[in-house]
Amino acid sequence: MPAIAAENLTRTFGDLTAVDRISFTIEEGEIFGLLGPNGAGKTTTISMLSTMLRPTAGKASINGYDILRDQDGVRTSIGIVFQDQSLDEELTAYENMDFHGRLYRIPGERRRAKIAGLLALVGLQDRQHDLVKTYSGGMRRRLEIARGLLHEPKVLFLDEPTLGLDPQTRNHLWEYIERLNEEKGITIILTTHYMEEADRLCDRVAIIDHGGIIAMDTPQALKNQIGGDVVTIHSPDPDAVAGSMDAPWIAHIERRDGSVVLSMQDAEQHIPGIVTGLVSRDIGITSLSVRKPTLEDVFLHFTGRSIREETASGRDVMRLYHRMGR
Amino acid sequence: MDIIYTIWLRNIKRYLRSKSRIIGSLGMPLFMLLVLGLGLNSVVQIPDTGQGYFEFIIPGIVAMSVLFTSVFAGIQIIWDRQFGFLKETLVAPISRLEIMLGQTFGGASTAFVQGLIILVLSLFIGLSFSSAAGFVIAFLFMVLIGIAFTALGIAIASRMEDMHGFQLIMNFVVFPIFGLSGALFPISSLPAWVQPLTMLDPLTYGVEGIRYGLTGTAQINPAVCFMVLAAFSAFMTIVGAWLFRKMSI
Repeated sequence: MPAIAAENLTRTFGDLTAVDRISFTIEEGEIFGLLGPNGAGKTTTISMLSTMLRPTAGKASINGYDILRDQDGVRTSIGIVFQDQSLDEELTAYENMDFHGRLYRIPGERRRAKIAGLLALVGLQDRQHDLVKTYSGGMRRRLEIARGLLHEPKVLFLDEPTLGLDPQTRNHLWEYIERLNEEKGITIILTTHYMEEADRLCDRVAIIDHGGIIAMDTPQALKNQIGGDVVTIHSPDPDAVAGSMDAPWIAHIERRDGSVVLSMQDAEQHIPGIVTGLVSRDIGITSLSVRKPTLEDVFLHFTGRSIREETASGRDVMRLYHRMGR
Repeated sequence: MDIIYTIWLRNIKRYLRSKSRIIGSLGMPLFMLLVLGLGLNSVVQIPDTGQGYFEFIIPGIVAMSVLFTSVFAGIQIIWDRQFGFLKETLVAPISRLEIMLGQTFGGASTAFVQGLIILVLSLFIGLSFSSAAGFVIAFLFMVLIGIAFTALGIAIASRMEDMHGFQLIMNFVVFPIFGLSGALFPISSLPAWVQPLTMLDPLTYGVEGIRYGLTGTAQINPAVCFMVLAAFSAFMTIVGAWLFRKMSI
């Protein structure tokens, strides 16, 4: 039985199709990433899977429970860390945990023991009796993760878990998430628009754009799909550079503002050939770089856009979704 | 039951921690009690009963405290929604009815305590202690007012986007309810055409009930007061629960 199975899940808000017939299955113990720009439909997907939002069409089950027919079964099986903070700042960390434990009907003795263990796991036991409003962003996130785990869910949903955190805190959180997955075997589904986050954490990634899944595989396999290493050539005359690249070992050529991006296997061996070829044709080179492909390149490859340039406008779209969802 | 208790407990903890809110919401009723009550005491004498004005308005001011605190407590779920905490409650394997009832009893409890503080303070300023049974009757009516108007607040909050409409609610719902309730003047001294409006105001029955408990006289039969207010509380709880269930986040 898969941990999550979604079949043609769809959600529309008026004329807008936020999630468009997406299907996937996630196996137990997997870390699965939904990667895409803001407004792509990630949070809407999570909301439907967590029974917060009714799908317009399609079906899904979590831990064997249908999201429409057995909401309580689904709710008991999942823990969620929402994109926006959902702590009560006027309560202490311990009280927030205790409130959660009572809502999930965990009996007193076990509740206290679990709270102590989890607060230790996320390194908050020293501050557990301080009001949450005195906490930093990273501490709040850790507390939310600990809270999400209190009722021993089979599946943990993390919606943009490291949004707005500094790099160091982000690294710490990644370690926590990896440890959770390894030690407790908990299935994790996370949404992110950080490429490195998806790359580092996820066993499999679904790239989602305009409500649909456009590619789904392991990060490595996705990166392999774009044809090996990425060579970026900056030149005063990029058209000429692009025109002169006709060698059979070039898998893919692309123009990106003022530069030419090539994909090829074993790029290091081909660099001398590229340089001598360009020099012999009298085409200038400003700079040349070689790197391993990232998921950013994969996203660009499939959508023709960079995920980063989406972020500003994507946020507005997300707000719109949010308002229409009410 | 344990879920309702959990949500009630959170409300109480938050209430006890917000010292500034407790003291802040005592200001207005105390001010009215002192300025109106003591200021007009020598000028105004209530017809029929011959009561002094101070003694007359104490039940009204107690009811006012309970009313304002409870409506505000109900509307507060908008904050919970805006700050995200409501999501944490809504995604738990519990019913929305349990959440709503927990909020209602929590709000009613804090409103009751606010009213109780005013009541105790009035004892020091000049309210004479009638009988223990009378106080119990007054308490009962305070609790009913608290439940009814917290539920009203939740019903309103379920239909509101954000706190912008709060002023509107205060001016066009809460103040008219208070003003028409006979908290500040005897119903019988109103012009004939206003009296039916007063009788439509559920708070009227709360004020009269508390007045009966504290001073032993009331213009409406206390049993009638109890039945009307209890029915209104039940009705508001049902409406509140229904609207809260339909609310999307």
